[in-house]
Amino acid sequence: MNTTAEAIETNTGNLRASDFDGERAFEGTLGDITAAEPRMECREVNVWYDANHAIREVSLDIGKHEVVAMIGPSGCGKSTFLRCLNRMNDTIPAAKVTGSIKLDGMEVLDRGIDVVPLRAQVGMVFQKPNPFPKSVYENIAYGPRIHGLTNHREELDELVETSLKRAGLWKEVKDRLHQPGTGLSGGQQQRLCIARTIAVSPEVILMDEPCSALDPIATAVIEELIAELKQEYSIAIVTHSMQQAARVSQRTAYFHLGDLVEVGATGQVFEDPQHHLTRAYVTGRFG
Amino acid sequence: MSSTAAAPARTIDTVNASLKRRYAAERRFRILGLTAVVLGLAFVGLLLFSIVSKGYTAFWQTYIQLPVTLTAADIDPSGVITDPDTNEEVRRKTLVRADFRTPVRDALRAQFPDVSGRSQRRALHGLISSGAALQLRELVRRDPALIGTEQTLWLVADDDVDMFMKGRSTPIDELPGAGTATPTGTTGEIALTSSADDFKLITARVGAHLERTAAALDRDIARLEGVLADLAAERADIEAAMADADGTARAKLEDRAERVDRRNAQLTRKLGRTRNERADIAAQLAAAAEGEPLALSDEMPSFLIAVNGGVVKVREATPTRVSADVVSGLDTADPAAPGTWRLLELRTPEDDRRLSDRQIAWIWQLDQRGLIETHFNTLFFTNGTSREPELAGIAAALVGSFYTLALTLLFSFPIAVGAAVYLEEFAPKNRFTDLIEVNINNLAAVPSIVFGLLGLAVFINFFGIPRSTPLVAAMVLTLMTLPTIIIASRAALKSVPPSIREAALGVGASPLQTQLHHVLPLALPGMLTGTIIGMAQALGETAPLLMIGLIAFIVDIPGGITDPATVLPVQIFMWADSPERGFVERTSAAIMILLGFLVLMNLAAVLLRRRFERRW
Repeated sequence: MNTTAEAIETNTGNLRASDFDGERAFEGTLGDITAAEPRMECREVNVWYDANHAIREVSLDIGKHEVVAMIGPSGCGKSTFLRCLNRMNDTIPAAKVTGSIKLDGMEVLDRGIDVVPLRAQVGMVFQKPNPFPKSVYENIAYGPRIHGLTNHREELDELVETSLKRAGLWKEVKDRLHQPGTGLSGGQQQRLCIARTIAVSPEVILMDEPCSALDPIATAVIEELIAELKQEYSIAIVTHSMQQAARVSQRTAYFHLGDLVEVGATGQVFEDPQHHLTRAYVTGRFG
Repeated sequence: MSSTAAAPARTIDTVNASLKRRYAAERRFRILGLTAVVLGLAFVGLLLFSIVSKGYTAFWQTYIQLPVTLTAADIDPSGVITDPDTNEEVRRKTLVRADFRTPVRDALRAQFPDVSGRSQRRALHGLISSGAALQLRELVRRDPALIGTEQTLWLVADDDVDMFMKGRSTPIDELPGAGTATPTGTTGEIALTSSADDFKLITARVGAHLERTAAALDRDIARLEGVLADLAAERADIEAAMADADGTARAKLEDRAERVDRRNAQLTRKLGRTRNERADIAAQLAAAAEGEPLALSDEMPSFLIAVNGGVVKVREATPTRVSADVVSGLDTADPAAPGTWRLLELRTPEDDRRLSDRQIAWIWQLDQRGLIETHFNTLFFTNGTSREPELAGIAAALVGSFYTLALTLLFSFPIAVGAAVYLEEFAPKNRFTDLIEVNINNLAAVPSIVFGLLGLAVFINFFGIPRSTPLVAAMVLTLMTLPTIIIASRAALKSVPPSIREAALGVGASPLQTQLHHVLPLALPGMLTGTIIGMAQALGETAPLLMIGLIAFIVDIPGGITDPATVLPVQIFMWADSPERGFVERTSAAIMILLGFLVLMNLAAVLLRRRFERRW
């Protein structure tokens, strides 16, 4: 990473302590927040946890067939933002969300919409692999079954197989479909969770640090899988690893203390960041 | 560093110095803990031992085998029962009215043909329980053709007989005769001489008893003499005071003097009687020393002699000769060879037991004939309670407990689980739900009798649910167990990791589906454990049930949830209150059964938890 090394040298330490106390004024997001073919359009999204203003005025598009990476230091609001996209924040009683998030033109934040079909369209993979304590087969079959996606047994078997194949897990588990999913290794569990998510054919997959609990090899497998999946799905991924963001994403959004500081094509954000905070973060000045 | 005067102690020295104290403290703590555990176990062991040692005999019951002739004249004089055309209802009613006691009594009298007189006969009939007649009725109900035949049956013995057979009435010693015993007759009052001094034991026992009585009388005499001396002194004081008193004071003193005189006369008479009694005993002992016979009384141990197929009760004895009442006729008055006859000593005096010497003699003879045996007590498991200990069983209480528990489970589990799921997963967290939570926790600490009062006031008096029924008992116990199950269920729900909920919501399950498909199955073992513990609590509960009429004397086994019933702990409570010895062992036996069920339920809770506990 020649450019990074240069960046560290050329960066002249224009970081101030005030950059880290949430009181500073927000000057607006740098870069282009829009995507060429937007699937989800978020505009001026604010989240409060009681009195704590967790994310402020975040606007961002997630395009079709692209991976959007969200990076930033801990507590910057990237996970919170991600959880707004399929209304998982509803489970937190103290959370309050304002603004507008549209999925294919449909308002997601509308109180009146049913979150069940929304979550079928916007699937989620969590930080810690969380397979159901049931068999591998049941883990995959659960979603399609409750949504009534298949009519009979053979169809369901086929769906389970294709889902596992697309998650790259089929070879490893085809002989142990009826053993508990919790008995798999960490990386396999996470791929099982991805397979579970794609089994209901969502349009968008949200991934909240999917590799943070995995070893490098398992991480590599998941990253290949993400590259594969973007052919069909829109993917929003939160990650702590800048290298991962650089490897898997087409666009990168840098969050800082609840603000979306900068958005841009991944190459541009990593090589030529516009904002001094982004520059400081991607060059490893802090983080 | 060297500038300081005292050499600075190194930390390690300070630590080493304190180590000994620390070790001592640790040892003390271990010893204390161990003592507590051992003490606890010892008390549990003591409790179990006391219950089991008192109760295990209740699982056996004494039966007497008799050939009973089911005489048609007694049972069915009109021929209604045997008539095949009789309809069932009439037959049933005739059976209830029929006399089954007479055949039993006749069979018993056939064993002891020489028993005569009302009181003797009544004593003989007392050996067999009134339940024997019911046994015969049941037999005839099943097969009316048995009327007119002779059946050899094991009939339930009376509880006093049962207690005697279990050794809880009197210790009994059997001594074979060493000499040749010669009776003077076969019935009435006879004398019995032995060629050896076989009866020395009797005279020794009687002599010892008399000496003990004499010693007690001596103490009485000394005490009385002391009191009389005090009275004499008081009288003298009054005389002295009277000399210088006058008017009203004198009248008062005269009154007092009169009272003292009266008391004096009374005690003097008593002293005289006691001295006579003492002299009597002294004379008896002296006469015995001269070879005269000693008389036995009901306050002394009793002695029976079994000789020539009969039994006699000793009235007077010298070491070689007794005069005795024949209790059960001797076959012959021939001399009995050494070893063919025996001396029985009943150590508890006749006055202190419920069975007379005569009855014990009969039982002993039945035993010798092999007609009396203890069998496994099936009646205890098939009968309801009864006024007669030998007929009392726990079937009604068991069935009552079963209905009550089943209903309690039916009522409390869904309500409690519903409440727990709602409060834990759906209810908004606000003041109101906080209040509910606090109240549920407080409800768990409410004394159970209060729930009984509530049940009486609300369920019985207001809603008019019949009292004494499993239904109302279950409703009260439901109120009582709800908080336990709710608290356990909420803890179980809390222990389900939130990632499971997120996973389910993440694939688009509705909140209800998330609960039903994922959270509840994982929380169920914990909920079931709480439920079983609540049920065990309900099974052992007595106080609230007393308030709602479960204390009623219920003989019949309840057939449904609105039949009058009682439950195990209440049955135990009622039996514990009964004075008969037979109920003491039954109380303990019922406690053993209740404890058995409690252990089973707790075991089930543990197994369920082990079996269904899932790890993630």
